[in-house]
Amino acid sequence: MAVTSDRMRLVYTALVSLLVGVAHAVDRSNFKTCEQSAFCKRQRELIPGQSPYRALLETLELSGTRLTLQLINDNNKVRLLLELYRLQGNMTRVKINELKPLKPRFEVPDVLITDPPTEPMSVVTQDENGVVLSLGGENQRLIVSAKPFRLDIIEGPEVLLSLNSRGLLSFEHLRPRKDTISHRISDTVGSMWDSIKSVFSSKSETEADHAEGKEDDPEQEGEKNGNEEEDKPGMWEETFKSHTDSKPNGPTSVSLDFSFPGVEHVYGIPEHADSLRLRNTDGGDPYRLYNLDVFQYELDNPMSLYGGVPVLLSHSPHRTMGLFWLNAAETWVDISSNTAGQTMFGKMVDYIQGSSDIPQTDVRWISESGIIDVFIMLGPKPKDVFTQYASLTGTQAFPPLSTLGYHQCRWNYKDQEDVQSVDQGFDEHDIPYDFIWLDIEHTDGKRYFTWDPNTFPQPKDMLQGLANKKRKLVAIVDPHIKVDSGYKIYSELRSKGLFVKTKDGSDYEGWCWPGNSGYPDFTNPEMRAWWASQFAYDQYEGSMENLFVWNDMNEPSIFNGPEVSMHKDALHGSVEHRDLHNLYGFYVQMATAQGLIQRSGGVERPFVLTRSFFAGSQRYGAVWTGDNAAEWGHLKASIPMCLSLGLVGISQCGADVGGFFKHPSAELLVRWYQAGAYQPFFRGHAHIDTPRREPWLFGPENTALIREAVQQRYTLLPYWYLLFYKAHRTGIPVMRPLWVEFPEDVDTFAIQDEFLLGRDLLVHPVAEEGAKGVTAYLPGKGEVWYDAHTFQKHEGGQNLYIPVTMSSIPVFQRGGSIICRKNRVRRSSSCMENDPYTLYVALSPQGTAAGELYIDDGHTFNFETQKQFIHRSLTFSDNKLTSSNLVLDAKFSTSAWIEKVVIAGASEPKAVTLKNSDGTESSLEFEFDAAMATLTIRKPGVNAGADWTILLK
Amino acid sequence: MSCAHLLLVLSVAVSLGSAVEIQRPRGVPLSKRQFYEENKPFTCLDGSRTIPFDRVNDDYCDCKDGSDEPGTAACPNGSFHCTNAGFRPTFIPSSRVNDGICDCCDTTDEYNSGANCQNTCRELGRKEKESLQKLAEITKEGFLLKQQLIEEAKKGKQDKQAKLTELQNNKKGLEEKVEALRTVKETAEQPEKEAKERHLKAWEEQKAVIRAEKDRAKMAEAFLELDDDADGFVSVSELQSHPELDPDTDGTLTEAEAQNVLGGSAKVDSATFENVWSSIKDKYVSESQPEQPADQVHIPPPEEAKEPITDNDSEQYPEDDIGEDDDDDDVEDDEYHEDDDDKVTSSVRTPESSDGDEEAMPPYDGETQSLIDAAQKAREEFEESERSLREVEDQIRNLEKEISFDFGPDAEFSYLYSQCYDLSTSEYIYRLCPFNRVTQKPKYGGSETNLGSWGTWSGPEENRYIVMKYEHGTGCWQGPNRSTTVKLTCGKETTVTSTSEPSRCEYLMEFTTPAVCQEPPSLEDTPQHDEF
Repeated sequence: MAVTSDRMRLVYTALVSLLVGVAHAVDRSNFKTCEQSAFCKRQRELIPGQSPYRALLETLELSGTRLTLQLINDNNKVRLLLELYRLQGNMTRVKINELKPLKPRFEVPDVLITDPPTEPMSVVTQDENGVVLSLGGENQRLIVSAKPFRLDIIEGPEVLLSLNSRGLLSFEHLRPRKDTISHRISDTVGSMWDSIKSVFSSKSETEADHAEGKEDDPEQEGEKNGNEEEDKPGMWEETFKSHTDSKPNGPTSVSLDFSFPGVEHVYGIPEHADSLRLRNTDGGDPYRLYNLDVFQYELDNPMSLYGGVPVLLSHSPHRTMGLFWLNAAETWVDISSNTAGQTMFGKMVDYIQGSSDIPQTDVRWISESGIIDVFIMLGPKPKDVFTQYASLTGTQAFPPLSTLGYHQCRWNYKDQEDVQSVDQGFDEHDIPYDFIWLDIEHTDGKRYFTWDPNTFPQPKDMLQGLANKKRKLVAIVDPHIKVDSGYKIYSELRSKGLFVKTKDGSDYEGWCWPGNSGYPDFTNPEMRAWWASQFAYDQYEGSMENLFVWNDMNEPSIFNGPEVSMHKDALHGSVEHRDLHNLYGFYVQMATAQGLIQRSGGVERPFVLTRSFFAGSQRYGAVWTGDNAAEWGHLKASIPMCLSLGLVGISQCGADVGGFFKHPSAELLVRWYQAGAYQPFFRGHAHIDTPRREPWLFGPENTALIREAVQQRYTLLPYWYLLFYKAHRTGIPVMRPLWVEFPEDVDTFAIQDEFLLGRDLLVHPVAEEGAKGVTAYLPGKGEVWYDAHTFQKHEGGQNLYIPVTMSSIPVFQRGGSIICRKNRVRRSSSCMENDPYTLYVALSPQGTAAGELYIDDGHTFNFETQKQFIHRSLTFSDNKLTSSNLVLDAKFSTSAWIEKVVIAGASEPKAVTLKNSDGTESSLEFEFDAAMATLTIRKPGVNAGADWTILLK
Repeated sequence: MSCAHLLLVLSVAVSLGSAVEIQRPRGVPLSKRQFYEENKPFTCLDGSRTIPFDRVNDDYCDCKDGSDEPGTAACPNGSFHCTNAGFRPTFIPSSRVNDGICDCCDTTDEYNSGANCQNTCRELGRKEKESLQKLAEITKEGFLLKQQLIEEAKKGKQDKQAKLTELQNNKKGLEEKVEALRTVKETAEQPEKEAKERHLKAWEEQKAVIRAEKDRAKMAEAFLELDDDADGFVSVSELQSHPELDPDTDGTLTEAEAQNVLGGSAKVDSATFENVWSSIKDKYVSESQPEQPADQVHIPPPEEAKEPITDNDSEQYPEDDIGEDDDDDDVEDDEYHEDDDDKVTSSVRTPESSDGDEEAMPPYDGETQSLIDAAQKAREEFEESERSLREVEDQIRNLEKEISFDFGPDAEFSYLYSQCYDLSTSEYIYRLCPFNRVTQKPKYGGSETNLGSWGTWSGPEENRYIVMKYEHGTGCWQGPNRSTTVKLTCGKETTVTSTSEPSRCEYLMEFTTPAVCQEPPSLEDTPQHDEF
């Protein structure tokens, strides 16, 4: 009987776990919650409103553009050094570090593109309670309050932002360890650091630094004499599942809170599979930024994913601002707002009692180590924040034009014949594509930079075959290096000592695809240079000009590591992995992109896709949202996920079309192609265990629907290319939330089922199974929008119900815009290089429109180095359409010409005349569709780079 | 009439070396030449509008159906006709005109792109001709072979039917035989049973006598042992030296208890002891015998081999389909261990007392033995006949199964039945046993994987017998059961020519057999593809 009931219990348990497994794909227990992350738990236990920090105003020094001021923690007498800078472009930088740390604390290198230029500040008033500083123009002041320490940035009478207003500044200073022998040593001989430095480092300067600190700082004595804080669990060692983190430096976390009065909407801090607008995290876990390989990630939750950008945007109808928390350690972000939790009843009470409670959003950042280094971007407009952030970390790499086409990927195309037949399949079904991709199986035993000799014996033949069709290939190169002395990459890295090390100094090894693997230390510039050199054509055997690269698993993913990643006490030189974990993927992509640039002698633009990323990753290529699933929810999630990335500078973003895991229904696949065709990075991808899903495997009707979606993508390539050019020039995202263009329209603030491409195209993908219609919000009162397919006109400022069929992709062109397309869709983007343009002029209610056209060779840096490009302004007003040069010293010639002009919202002219730059005039034929008020002008025939005017009479 | 005339004109023109394009706008097939008359307004082929002829091929799309731009890439839905003299003419989408890639073997699609195309039509034509000839030969020979196969199948089927009838007759005879032998057996078994029982009973009685004698001897021995003072009586105190006789098993045999054991007397003589003995003999421990071990040695079940601990127990990245039913195994293993446990303990608790007393049963006497022998023989004959019947039944079943298979319209595939065909790749040996199963076996050790068992013919409606489907093979991790599609093509040989796994766990095999060869068309019917 006992046996029977045991069996029942086991069966029951198995069933339950199966059901749970279905409901929650991700195994959450593999990843930490805040509660399980010792520093996050400690920090979150702090009670607001009890800040122990006091500014020592007498220590204030203002030398030109740098202000320094000491802060003291009255509980333990440890002093911090506050640095304040006014940065050019309406930004303020706040840095807080220990005044005399036991050893230098890590500061993130290589992310800022320059040392940000500063502007002078001046003291306006000062008394014993605080200091008022002028931040230059615009009536901006910075108020430093002494006790408790607090910063407020005000403009006129309005408080824009406050720091430490909730008193959650917390800076865990480096300290000697008390409970071990080394502590006794430190009492007599020196610090904890002295006792361990012989193991970890032989640098003498740290010793010198420390000696100085010990002698000069009386406060240190004060601390020793009874002000020491109690050790809490997890300060000196922490175990999660079977992994122990040794924490030789003890507790090092930092935290600071920010308050945004008048703000109800905050965005950013990707990557999370969550809503565009950040949620209130009270009562749940904070948003986490710790780059991890999350298997079968779940939607609508703040768990970490593959990449992290510690940038948050606040937005209200009056002002948009940004916070850039430059810290690469594990970071948690708490969001709370005073309105989010409020019930209707509460609001009523406030109203009746005449409460003047204005909305406010509080944001608190917690990082495990490093320093506080925060850039406050003061806007005031969304586009100002993009410019400000771009001035710090750079802009989107300008991608080769072909990378904006369609990419066909699968884990895995098995062999050269498979690649050839898929390539052939696209031609047979007349579906354009530019890139075919090879996942890990193409290598010789997961040794990157090699080819499987059985399945890919002649990679150059394969690449040449693709080149003959003007197509390209992407091969995967992951950063885990198989431990195999016969493998060139491994043996060279080992002999050069370029692998990440364990805390004991041996090469760090972990399990990944090839089995036991080493992890190159990409934080080392020497390593990156060596890595880049491996992409030279004579190093990377079988590579050619049309081979590009994909960096996966670069969180780094380590199957048997803590949280599927690297041990935090692993060492990059003398720096702990803990300090820079979130930078690893950034560096991998940086080194790879550098390699692709170098192999062409600096001529060709690289293309590198990465899964992991950090602030600044936009400079090195594209990002995708990792291993999603063939579910409608994941299709929907692709929009807020890419919008969030765009807001923090990463514009070339996409989700695996069709979903990586699982098998999509034909309907889901078609809808995903339709949505993906209007997202920046457009790639179909699938897991090795899923059935094949090339676009023609779902019946002729679905093939036709997918063909149509991909063709729409290709007609719009000139517009995509222009948007990426502008993103590269200014940092403005390609794919934008509606509020970026309509910042005062509160109805747009939470919209995440539609988006804008650039300023002028509004896309509302169909993402519901069996949808018969969608309701799109058309913003802009007094504006008009035109259906991009039929030119039917709709008023702005309304929710519009649009009936849909399987072929519908609701897209609208904004009244007042001009968009250039190439309607001759060919089998790859390169085949369309010289094809003519059609101009789509969508008139505003005032009868005006404007747009731009950008043309260059599509793949080199010549646009930058030699100004070889065409950038034209297209304007329509007073019945005159004019093309004029925007950059006079730019030089490029094209054989592309203007084939057709379509003017939506027009009235019928009597005649249409073309005026060339040499003054010659000719009359043009036209057709007028009265029902749609659309004028089509036949064959102006002028060169796309020329000056011309078309007159409607 | 006029068509024939035009053809003639064209042929003459070509033979004189002029370009075909002179005769019709670029990209127009001959069949549509009459719609493109120079210097006359052109009407779109869908009739939607009429345009001046100079707008034909002027690189601007005027017609919705794309018919005004047969020779340019201007219309998204247009098509371009390549004459491909020397090879097959073809249409390509307009989007491939002047895209820098040579699509027409006569190079006519790339007239303005700078692409350096070579005319390869004659070479292609020659190759195609060769391969068509080869194919025709194969088809011809294959078709002959197919006729033979059909004949053989016909004959084979007749043979099988005959055999089936024969077997069914046999079966009838066998069934009768089985019944007859069953009666014989049962008749022989009755006397056997009775004789055996007699023998057994006699032996039991004999055993009882021996046992009683032994018991008495033991009793006497015990009496002597207990009677410490050798006074001819066993007293209460003498009995108390044997605590194992304690009736309430509290460890001590009190005086009262001892007296109780002795039937209320203070002492008993040897005669009265007989009554006492029967109540204590099970517990009594002889003083000369060693004591039973008090503690049962409990042998713990062996520790299960522990898997190395990893954090990531969600089987994140299994490379192979292993361990899918580990959990079930664990459950069963545990139970087996418990069962084993029980067996071990219980066998220890009640040790089998197989001392020399009960020797083996004495052999049967001659009469009984002969009855047994007779019964045994009857049994064997009966079983033998039953076996034969089963065999025949099996044969019938197999034959019926074979006859019931769909071996094609003319049973031309029946020769594949119970055959197997191997293909060796670098890693595996694939084996196709038609109408049975497909397997894959690693070349260098490892077990065989079932890639599917015979399912159905699954070619297209009009030609079902060119694709075989094998289903429900070994399951895949997180995936479907393996299955294999076998594509049959005409060939002289019967052989597996290739295998692949186009999608995870979905295999594709190419298999040639004469059985699918179609009757070759007679040469007179072959359409002439060349345009002139």
